Amino acid sequence: MFFTYLRRELRRRRRQASFIAVGIAVGIGLVITVTAASSGVKDAQGKVLHALYGVGTDVTVTKSPSAGSGRPAGFGFRGRSGASGGTKIDADSLVSLSLGTLSGSSVTSISRLHGVSTAAGGLTLTDMKISGKIPSFSSTGGGTPGGGGSGGGGSGGGGGTSFRGSIKSSSFTVSGVDLSTGSVGPLSSGKIKSGSTFSTADAHSDMAVVDANYATQKKLTVGSTMTIAKKTFKVIGIVTVPQGSSPPDVYIPLAQAQSLASMTGKVNTIYVAAASASDISAVSKEIFGLLPKATVTTSSDLANEVTGSLSSASSLANNLGKWLAVAVLVAAFLLASLLTMSAVSRRVREFGTLKALGWRSGRIVRQVMGESVTVGIIGGIAGVGLGFAGAAVVSKVAPSLTATVGQTQSATAGGSGAAAGGFGPPGGGGPARAAASTTHTVAVHLTAPVTLGAVLLAVVLALAGGLIAGSFGGWRAARLRPAAALSRVE
Amino acid sequence: MYKLSNVTKDYQKGRSTVHALAGVDLALGDGEWLAIQGPTGQGKSTLLQVLGGLDRPTSGVVALDGRDLATMRESQVTKVRATSIGFIFQTFNLIPTLNAQENVEVALVPMGIAASERRERSAAALESVGLGERMRHLPSELSGGQQQRVAIARALIKQPTVLLADEPTGNLDEGTRDDIMKLLEKLWQDRGLTLVLVTHDSQVARRAQRLGIMSQGKLSIQPGARPPSPDAPAAR
Repeated sequence: MFFTYLRRELRRRRRQASFIAVGIAVGIGLVITVTAASSGVKDAQGKVLHALYGVGTDVTVTKSPSAGSGRPAGFGFRGRSGASGGTKIDADSLVSLSLGTLSGSSVTSISRLHGVSTAAGGLTLTDMKISGKIPSFSSTGGGTPGGGGSGGGGSGGGGGTSFRGSIKSSSFTVSGVDLSTGSVGPLSSGKIKSGSTFSTADAHSDMAVVDANYATQKKLTVGSTMTIAKKTFKVIGIVTVPQGSSPPDVYIPLAQAQSLASMTGKVNTIYVAAASASDISAVSKEIFGLLPKATVTTSSDLANEVTGSLSSASSLANNLGKWLAVAVLVAAFLLASLLTMSAVSRRVREFGTLKALGWRSGRIVRQVMGESVTVGIIGGIAGVGLGFAGAAVVSKVAPSLTATVGQTQSATAGGSGAAAGGFGPPGGGGPARAAASTTHTVAVHLTAPVTLGAVLLAVVLALAGGLIAGSFGGWRAARLRPAAALSRVE
Repeated sequence: MYKLSNVTKDYQKGRSTVHALAGVDLALGDGEWLAIQGPTGQGKSTLLQVLGGLDRPTSGVVALDGRDLATMRESQVTKVRATSIGFIFQTFNLIPTLNAQENVEVALVPMGIAASERRERSAAALESVGLGERMRHLPSELSGGQQQRVAIARALIKQPTVLLADEPTGNLDEGTRDDIMKLLEKLWQDRGLTLVLVTHDSQVARRAQRLGIMSQGKLSIQPGARPPSPDAPAAR
């Protein structure tokens, strides 16, 4: 009888029931769409962060270079004021430009901290190549060749135009990879496109893995050779990294990088994976206690630095979208409640009759609740459909978003080409080149994946909507005195 | 069956108090038929509601088979209504979305009777009131007389001991009125029901054994045209 009565009643009030169901459906559809868009924004942020950060890395430890700590590039002609015009130069050096150094023992210390799963050291370096002939310093005002040092990198030129075009310089970034821990570090987010990656046995080998973009640019393939700091390396693999990253051009074993950069036992980035997400904050504090002068960056710190349209989309989804969905949902619930109460008011004689026939108030309330919950479920099902459609529309029409992140690593040192003035390499250690001084902008396509959680949320909301509306109606029905209900003239 | 002692019922209407029942005394034996007449607004329907446990008196005793409906818990009164009292209303009060058979079944729901038995009994009840062919019809597809027959079937399907009818022929034409009254009379006789019938129609009232006149909240009982049952209590 419950279901027969329910079905017939809903059929009789189908226009009103449809109206309520549509209201709930729109509210729930919006909730799902906004949740999906928000989830898509989070995914996009995750992509950006993973690309910049490395999959599995929760915390990175770097250190700003201290004033005057920059090491001269050591091209062999630094300070040779007597270098005469026509002298040939062919310099190739591996230097740490933007980051201060950390002791290799710090990696071990960090790996022993409570809550740390893995820690790996890395070296982010720049290979600087300069070749050509030194022109005669015939013009006036020639500068002292830049020798690095306290923030003086690159400022040594300015000697006029007489040697412009005669000196060629180029650079590319090199990352020294700790091969003992594969789960964290700069290579962890990469996928081997061809060839292979390093094995732990390659720790001291002259092998390199090259970023796919750099490989294309330099026409490198697996088996090719390349020179890093005058040492020949064999390319064993081509790697692609996720969209939006700013990867190093070349990866070599850490030991080789340390040796070539004369930084034996040193690293300039430590990649740390926490045992669990909840440990990240504690681990970050512990590392800061261990290395007070270091810069400890967590993925959430980096997330907070994300700006650009991705950040705007995140803000839009989290603020406007969320509140819009809540407002529509509340309005739908309110409307459903009012219409249900109005329907109960129109049925007072009916309920009075049922009470006269011996129906308990509880049974009548259940009947009213059942009708409301059914409408809520119908609205919920339609809302899930609307939500999927909305999410599909968002995925289809959403423009590519850009994210700008304050970048702490992988500092690029420009491409190749003629030096614009002076041939001193960029200085290696002025405070002006503090680690976080560069930014990186990436484009990310926004998708709106509908999760099972969002669908479950919709079902719960639909039931809640039905229950709220039903409880208002039921409360009104339960309060009816049968005599008053029967004497009501309709 | 019924024994009412000094029953009053007051309503608040704005700032004034309406004394709908102003000390009603009544004794009604098993199987008796009492018709209540009186002008509008004199408390007829209120008395019927108090008798049926639909409303509680302001004071006094409303004893049904020795149990006071006035002081009984609501759940117990509901149970009494579900099992012992049948109602018939002037406006039939059928559930508009349910067909004739389902409307009759509704009365068996509170008794916890299985659906299959409910269907059998409701079909039989409709047959007994001459509506075996109209079981699937909605109330809107039935005439007034047919709707009242459905309401009678609904009131009697649970085999109550009391039938309370509030103007059961008030919305019917004369021919239908006579048909319904014949049916009620037959059921009253066959089932030994105690019947309390409120009516404005003297033709209807004269069929009863006793006639009650409500005036200003008070009930005075007179003998009806029909001879009283042998065990009927003396009129008060």
